[in-house]
Amino acid sequence: MRDYRKGYELAFKIITNATALLVVAIVFFILSIVTIKGFDHLSWEFITAEPTGDMLHGGIWPMIKGTVMLVMMMSILTVPLGTVIAIYLNEVSRKNWFYNIIMSAIRTLAAVPSIVYGLFGFAFFVNIVGGTLDWMIGYEDRVFQERCLLWAAFTMGALTLPTNVISVTEALKLVPNEQRHAGMCLGYTRWEVIKWIVFPQAISGILTGLVLSISRGAGEVAPILFVGVAYFIPHFSGAPLDQFMELGYHIFVMATQSPNVDKAAPVLYATTFVLLVLTFTFNAIGQIVRWIHRRKMSR
Amino acid sequence: MKIENKAIETFDFSVKYPNGVLGCDSISMPFAANEVTAIIGPSGCGKSTFLKGMNRLSDEFNCTYQGSVIMKNGTDVMNLDPYELCLLRGNKIGYVMQKPVPFSGKTILQDVSMPLRANMEPDGGNVYDKVKSALEKAALWDEVHDRLNDLSTSLSGGQQQRLCIARAIINAPEILLLDEPCSSLDPKSTQLVENLILELASDHTIMIVTHNMQQAQRVAQRTAFFYEGKLIEYDFTNAIFNNPSDELTGDYIVGKFS
Repeated sequence: MRDYRKGYELAFKIITNATALLVVAIVFFILSIVTIKGFDHLSWEFITAEPTGDMLHGGIWPMIKGTVMLVMMMSILTVPLGTVIAIYLNEVSRKNWFYNIIMSAIRTLAAVPSIVYGLFGFAFFVNIVGGTLDWMIGYEDRVFQERCLLWAAFTMGALTLPTNVISVTEALKLVPNEQRHAGMCLGYTRWEVIKWIVFPQAISGILTGLVLSISRGAGEVAPILFVGVAYFIPHFSGAPLDQFMELGYHIFVMATQSPNVDKAAPVLYATTFVLLVLTFTFNAIGQIVRWIHRRKMSR
Repeated sequence: MKIENKAIETFDFSVKYPNGVLGCDSISMPFAANEVTAIIGPSGCGKSTFLKGMNRLSDEFNCTYQGSVIMKNGTDVMNLDPYELCLLRGNKIGYVMQKPVPFSGKTILQDVSMPLRANMEPDGGNVYDKVKSALEKAALWDEVHDRLNDLSTSLSGGQQQRLCIARAIINAPEILLLDEPCSSLDPKSTQLVENLILELASDHTIMIVTHNMQQAQRVAQRTAFFYEGKLIEYDFTNAIFNNPSDELTGDYIVGKFS
């Protein structure tokens, strides 16, 4: 019997270690392929120049600009709103049937395929909101009722909002109730308990949620297909009401639409490399801030 | 029980949980000012519920109340609006929980000064002096005066509980509610906290919920015995322990049930 137990223990260790190694190996494999195949094509010009007509020459600056602006606008829209919703759900609302309905609605929204958000964004933001704005302001031509960066950011915000709310709610739940009660006993109002006790302790988890949603936003293509991203706009102004190019969509275009596959491959891998670097940078910033905060909390 | 100088008094005070269970049932009890009153009784008898009801911490558990809790100035705690309740908790009724609850990420100085924030005290000025005075009263100053910028969570369990007491008394509340403050402490720390309770009684009216009957005898002038949410007997501690008038009290004291 003892030998069996020893064997199970060994098998358990081997399986768990192998699984962990597998994850590292997958990341390493992806990074290696992308770096090896795309590195030769990377240059300062590739990062900073505008693309040429066939998109096989020139650079990817408008795509980088479009992606960064999209992620920033999405974050500005999502993070405060998601945090306020999470605070309401966890700190203010009573845990009754209404709370359960809201939570299950949010979990369902988080599981909706991203392409559905794209269709929703086109129908709601572009046509209904944009059309209404044009009508209210009195524009004769379509100004707001057009695909653009603004509606892409709203759509992406709608996509990442449920993830954001769930992660902030989970972060708030990790703060023990005794801490809240101790704050109440000191004479704090509910808002003061949140501001001075709950939030400082939950900020690490909140940042994790922020990083997750930003990373998801930077990597998603499907939701913006119908609401703002363009095949080729080399002179992207950065205006919220303009269409824009985006790195993920550019990768899709280069992989599926380019007639010269051999010439497109280095551009494709180099663009993928830049997108990965951007996503990892967002992640790294979030992780550094979290690390600093954790050190402060446990110093 | 008749008491001349009352700090607070409950009248037919009941606390009901959302599931309909009565945590404590029609308790009428006066509390003598500047004395220590112990509340004893078996587990689940409603002692902690009663204490949490007195500063309405039970609001957090969606409890409902009947009866009244009248302060010395005539204020009924049950009639206060949420903001008045915050003022009461911050200035009139201090509360110390069963387990020490230092605030994560706060230094000792910040932690003890937290109640001053609620009173809109600026950060600086006499905050240090107030913290020093509270820590001295809590018999903790000598142990932490050279590490005020260390995290409060880095203190030992006994020190953390004394820190919580310092935090509770920094605004000099008239009443101090202690909910089994020594239950998670070692004997040495328990002794320190008990000495502290005796010293604080000159300035505060203290109510202590305890499972430890020796502790009640050591620190309290008066003792109340609760059973199944009801007040069974309330008298001077000596009388309760030496000559209980109710059979249930006697059985509990001799350890027939716990």
